Amino acid sequence: MTSSPPRTNDRDPLPHFVSDLPFSPESDAAMPPEMQRYYMASQWTMMWWKLRRHRLAVFSAVVLGLFYLSCLFSEMLAPYALETRNNAYIYAAPTEVHWVHEGEFIGPFVYPMTKELDVSTFQTRWAEDRSRPLPLRWFCSGDPYNWLGLIRMDFHIVCPPEGGAFFLLGADRLGRDIFSRMIYGARISLTVGLVGVALSFVLGIVIGGLAGYYGGWVDSAVQRVIEVLRSFPELPLWMALSAALPANWDMVWIYFGLTLILALLDWPSLARAVRSKLLALREEDFATAAYLMGAKPRRIIARHLLPSFASHLIASASLSIPGMILAETALSYLGLGLDSPAVSWGVLLKEATDFTIVVLYPWLIYPMVPVILVVLAFNFLGDGLRDAADPYK
Amino acid sequence: MIRYVAHRLLVMVPTLLVISFLVFVIIQLPPGDIFTNIVNELRAQGERGQAQLEHLRQTYGFDRPFLERYLRWLWGLVNGDFGYSFDLQRPVSQVVGERFLFTFILNFLTILFIWAVSFPIGVYSAVYQYSVGDYLATFIGYLGLAVPNFLLAIVMLYFANVWFGTDIGGLMDDQYRDQPWTWAKVGSVLEHLWVPVIIIGTAGTAGMIRRLRANVLDELQKQYVVTARAKGLSPGRLLIKYPLRMALNPFIADIGNLLPQVISGAAIVSVVLGLDTSGEMLVRALQVQDMYLAGTFLMFLAVLTVLGTLVSDLLLAWLDPRIRLTGGVVR
Repeated sequence: MTSSPPRTNDRDPLPHFVSDLPFSPESDAAMPPEMQRYYMASQWTMMWWKLRRHRLAVFSAVVLGLFYLSCLFSEMLAPYALETRNNAYIYAAPTEVHWVHEGEFIGPFVYPMTKELDVSTFQTRWAEDRSRPLPLRWFCSGDPYNWLGLIRMDFHIVCPPEGGAFFLLGADRLGRDIFSRMIYGARISLTVGLVGVALSFVLGIVIGGLAGYYGGWVDSAVQRVIEVLRSFPELPLWMALSAALPANWDMVWIYFGLTLILALLDWPSLARAVRSKLLALREEDFATAAYLMGAKPRRIIARHLLPSFASHLIASASLSIPGMILAETALSYLGLGLDSPAVSWGVLLKEATDFTIVVLYPWLIYPMVPVILVVLAFNFLGDGLRDAADPYK
Repeated sequence: MIRYVAHRLLVMVPTLLVISFLVFVIIQLPPGDIFTNIVNELRAQGERGQAQLEHLRQTYGFDRPFLERYLRWLWGLVNGDFGYSFDLQRPVSQVVGERFLFTFILNFLTILFIWAVSFPIGVYSAVYQYSVGDYLATFIGYLGLAVPNFLLAIVMLYFANVWFGTDIGGLMDDQYRDQPWTWAKVGSVLEHLWVPVIIIGTAGTAGMIRRLRANVLDELQKQYVVTARAKGLSPGRLLIKYPLRMALNPFIADIGNLLPQVISGAAIVSVVLGLDTSGEMLVRALQVQDMYLAGTFLMFLAVLTVLGTLVSDLLLAWLDPRIRLTGGVVR
């Protein structure tokens, strides 16, 4: 502060004091940088901070990320190609991976397996020939494939040894490696949920948006439709609809038809959430301001209202993905969804329909393990996202 | 109360009409169903098929416009004529009778099971929050939500077979099948019934426990609880008298969400376990596109859901004067 000019006379009015320092309105409320970072953080940043604290959700996200990443490289991760049949290994038991052969460490290897008939029970058994260790081959060339249907390659991370077989989770009735087929099956099983949720997102936002923004008869009509759809048991309706898909359709079309069917019954819950949020938000001042500035309904909904509850939508969508994955699995298992040559976890489980076979070859039900893992992970992630969706609480 | 019941019954009628229309559209969708095949076959036979063709035309009016066929079907449903199963060569009403009963019993018992199990566990894990029992219940709850019930059915079948050497599938011992009802048959049914009830009920129980826990926790934090405690009410009496009663409402209202889930679960589990309920026959009817049979089952399951929701709404009205007096606007 500069010193004021000396006062000459007591009767003179006080001079008007103006500081000559540069004007800075924040100078009063200077915050330590740490606090400032917190206060200036955007909504999404705060959500990320809140989600990060939810350890289980983050871990689930990583697991899911790995699962989805594997879909890109299925052909390389799988030791066998999708349709490789090994006629000598029909219903082969899971191959055990050993590390130590006769007291000597030689890395992961398998023993050759031979089929034996148990004469008393007439069951086939798989015995290991303990004399001949067969080391697994790594970063090798094996069954040829077209990577992503485009590039002809034969590179695999791990291949069965020369002259032996490597069925980590056993083989099915045609001698196909179940582990490889599970890796391939992830492609359809995991994307069904994403595509279905994307479709139901569009339906839910458009329909719920119309109902919530316009209100009146549009709203009550939508409400009635939602009520009817929700009072219907989902699975039988899904079954009936997917049975109605023409049998002569290509698998790609059946796939999209199936996702559409899943979305058709899923949008009501999303539309409901959108509607109730919109009903509350359209009374807010910023919505009125936008309206007075002449914004069209579409712009108000899309630019002003949607972003303020997008996080809630994402959370509820992530909670409805597992339902879709399960539905696809159930439908394919019942033979009403996808069928070979398409491979999903549900299609693989169809092999386990006949129960007498499962008792003999229990490894046929392994494809349910990734289903459960993925569903569990989506549930945890969804819970975390839902908690993080409102970071100001 | 009477006004409320009348209101609810009136609302039900249009809902059921819309559902029946949807069901009819869906069963008409697939091209080349059995019915069309039979008609085409009869047409190709020429003279010999004419009489039968004429009979079918009389009964189902397959050459009439869509709306008229729908109205005929609806009229038949109301009068107890469900059409004809062309796959089984019998009228649908003869095929479905006992299966309807079993489906009803199975679903009813499952709901009872869910309530009986989730209520004490939910209350326990709310009152003793973050205790070992609470964590255990939460963990089992997550698992129950994540493991789809038809997979659980397969797993349980497998382990029952490996450990006990028994087949837990089916709804009764084989010797009682298609036999008249005796006490021995009832006993056999009860012996088999608990397996599907547990399997179907797991997911619902898990969800119910979570919701009840959240509700009771909400209530326990309210001021009236603190007041009552300060006044020296014993903890047990306080819990039963106030928070539990408040938490009971959503518990009963939730049956509207629970019932579709249970019926869906029952449909697929009964296929896995080979139960003589709707599920197994519905899947087959859908696979061979036996439209009248499939339509009847779909309609039956929908009616069951709607009726169940009605019952839960009436229970709620009886329990909660706010609903009964305002004519059911609160929900």
